[in-house]
Amino acid sequence: MLEVEIRKRRGDLRLDVAFSSPTPGVTCLFGASGAGKTTVIAALAGLLRPDAGRIVLAGRVLFDSAAGIALPPERRRLGYVFQDARLFPHLSVEANLRYGWRRVAGQERRIGFDEVVGLLGIASLMRHRPTHLSGGERQRVAIGRALLAQPRLLLMDEPLASLDADRKAELLRYLERLRDELRLPIVYVTHATAEMMRLADTLVLLEAGRVAATGALAEVTARPDLPRTLARQLAGSVWRATVVRHDEARRLSVLAAAGVELLTPRVAAAAGSALRLRIRARDVILGLERPQGLSLHNVLPATVAAIHAEADGMAQVQLAVGEGRLLALITTDAVARLALAPGRPVFALLKSMSVDLGEVLGEAE
Amino acid sequence: MSLWLAAEEWQAVGLSLGVAARSVAVSLLPAVAVAWLLARRRFRGRLLLDALVHLPLVLPPVLIGWALLVLFGMRGPLGGPLHDWFGLRLVFSTEGAALATAVMSFPLIVRSVRLGLEAVDPRLEEAARTLGAGPFDRFLSITLPLMSPGILAGAVTAFAAGLGEFGAVITFASNIPGETQTLPLAIYSATQTPGGELTAARLAGVSFALAISGLLLGEWIARRKGRLLGRP
Repeated sequence: MLEVEIRKRRGDLRLDVAFSSPTPGVTCLFGASGAGKTTVIAALAGLLRPDAGRIVLAGRVLFDSAAGIALPPERRRLGYVFQDARLFPHLSVEANLRYGWRRVAGQERRIGFDEVVGLLGIASLMRHRPTHLSGGERQRVAIGRALLAQPRLLLMDEPLASLDADRKAELLRYLERLRDELRLPIVYVTHATAEMMRLADTLVLLEAGRVAATGALAEVTARPDLPRTLARQLAGSVWRATVVRHDEARRLSVLAAAGVELLTPRVAAAAGSALRLRIRARDVILGLERPQGLSLHNVLPATVAAIHAEADGMAQVQLAVGEGRLLALITTDAVARLALAPGRPVFALLKSMSVDLGEVLGEAE
Repeated sequence: MSLWLAAEEWQAVGLSLGVAARSVAVSLLPAVAVAWLLARRRFRGRLLLDALVHLPLVLPPVLIGWALLVLFGMRGPLGGPLHDWFGLRLVFSTEGAALATAVMSFPLIVRSVRLGLEAVDPRLEEAARTLGAGPFDRFLSITLPLMSPGILAGAVTAFAAGLGEFGAVITFASNIPGETQTLPLAIYSATQTPGGELTAARLAGVSFALAISGLLLGEWIARRKGRLLGRP
């Protein structure tokens, strides 16, 4: 369990943040730039001292202003992957990796050197200088260096921000392996929705120095009362799905989720694999009758559960679909034209393309 | 008439090298400490310390020599105890010439070390902290190696400048052949001696060669180390 309560005034930012998240697990700090994400993570690391508050990781007090406790960063044992890698330029890649490793007693080294080097695919870089590495290589070395210091929690500050799309995808796969294979709690700062959706177990939405919403990913994103700016970006439904079968002739896959079947473009995972998928509220179309002659694949019978109209002419419609919930974002005009009201049966229409496939949760043999 | 150096001229060259080397050895550690204070610490009296360190650059060297005489003379507040307790006599001695040279070149080293230190990204030290390195540990493992081009360049520049220190040395340590008569003092003596023009010219040539090689060496070290540290 990570418990955080921080108050800090820093320039224009007045940070007042409290959240807790289960460990192990990935906690995403999500918000626009200037929302205070980096300040929170720097306070966790001990590089920045809050004016008041308390930080406790798995029962160990790292900071407590009331009790006068403030462990210096070097005694917190938290790995920090900076946005800009911050490798030591005068040391080889190997010496960088061993920097924290050498400062930990032998019996405390749970995470093995070769294991990390293999996981991150950096064995061939050992003798290079950091200046001769590409951005993606540098970031992987930085992750390795932080991991080998045997951290109790890994802090990652937009570790993928400086990378191109291919490198991002590659590193995201590494991060998923870290989380799953090393069972290491991670606090991950990002303003990229895709990264957050893919990695987060717990979500902390920050807005202007405050927690706008926090909780498990699926719960938070389905909440209708999210601040509007975030809601438009985020609102959606996160479902756990299983690959039922592949239709090779049509190059489609059939997934089962929330008690219904969905057709998506062919997924890479084998039949039987579990996946996380996300349906953005703005991609859901509602109809009163089962439509004919449309290109879309997924027509899901649903019941309207609740409608939240907003001042700007948009409405969030909560639907019960099978055993799950689905959020749709439509105009209030559409609500009126279709005479939508709680209890009314409708059809939720989904393009197969608009089902975002998240991480593979478990691969079938 | 020879273009080659005579024995006593070689002595002056050797003495100069020795005095300059000792002056650097004496001032290097304090210079690193002072540069660190000036670059990294905010305290009352920082500006005063900064001014004090730079005084030898703007004061007449003779004045520095005189101040050293007052402080380190046989009956001076520092010179007396040094002589009584340690048997160390600084006035009119090679050690005294080295001290006068060290004081004169101190600001050069401090400036260079400070530039080297200011080029060290403090965020790298933060990274070292998160990896478990305490204050002294990260100074030795991160800060010192990264600022080493500044330290080396400062040492070499101070050494080259120290070879030519005149005013403070002649005032404090006097002009004793084989003891305190360094290159510039020997050149000065030669110009005061009838028929000493050729000696002066030969010694001037040596001075020039030493100074140029010192500066080039300093530049070369800074570049080489800079490359090792990943700077363009």
